Amino acid sequence: MKAIVNIGLKKGVLDDQGKATHHALDTLGFKDIVKDVRIGKQIIMELNASNEDDAKVEVTNMCEKLLANTVIEDYSIQIIG
Amino acid sequence: MNVSVLQFPGTNCEYDTQYAFEKLGCTVSIIWHKETSLPSNTDLLVIPGGFSYGDYLRSGAIARFASIMDAVQEYASKGGKILGICNGFQILLEAGLLPGAMKRNDKLHFISKIVPLKVVSNNNTFLQKLDVNEIVKIPVAHHDGNYYIDDAGLEDLIKNEQILLRYCDENSQEFNLNGAVSNIAGICNKEKNIFALMPHPERALEEILGSLDGLKMLEGFLNK
Repeated sequence: MKAIVNIGLKKGVLDDQGKATHHALDTLGFKDIVKDVRIGKQIIMELNASNEDDAKVEVTNMCEKLLANTVIEDYSIQIIG
Repeated sequence: MNVSVLQFPGTNCEYDTQYAFEKLGCTVSIIWHKETSLPSNTDLLVIPGGFSYGDYLRSGAIARFASIMDAVQEYASKGGKILGICNGFQILLEAGLLPGAMKRNDKLHFISKIVPLKVVSNNNTFLQKLDVNEIVKIPVAHHDGNYYIDDAGLEDLIKNEQILLRYCDENSQEFNLNGAVSNIAGICNKEKNIFALMPHPERALEEILGSLDGLKMLEGFLNK
């Protein structure tokens, strides 16, 4: 089983890397098509688990404790069986 | 006075910090992160600057789970004095010992230069030797110093006199160096026993290196 965790800055917390990248894309001629850019990180884990629900509970725990800083970041979890 | 200085893999300011406090007449012990207790005579615990665990995941995120950190939490809860400098600030935020979080600098640059700081509150052990609105010149060297706290948290900081220092420009006017909320360079907890700042007072001890102001700051800890 595999878990894919996507972590990004919360809405309302300014994403400076996303903003700078957006600006660069504008300069490169993509101004008309790009509306917004957000940058985050992806953590991919191979899990020793038999049940998707249990896996999700454990990965949520990992996010709360270590993988995300919930003061400024949101996370989403995808479990692939 | 006995000062304990934590050392993680990637810490690189522990010996500068030792030098600074020895210059002030303190006895300094460097404590490796795998230890599980602090020297019982510790009067001040310093979490120094550097790049603990290579800043992997987030600055300070992995250091906060080091073996020594349980002892740090216990020491803090008993009112023990802690000073976090730069990476030490980031670790204290990740450990939940101070409010808020640190983001990458807004212009995404690593900033390394001497910066004027304005003293916001001296109603605490750390800055008691300085005057409110006094300017001190202290070097900064960081990539993740963009302090974030939500509006309610900021109100609490202001109300409880927890903002210690703000960044200024050469004309002593407040200045947003790195994107930090309210130009914040240093804060303390509500109980005023845990202090942290992004600038490095331990690097401002010699006139020939640009500033002596670090001594004036650190001296505050000598008065009990």
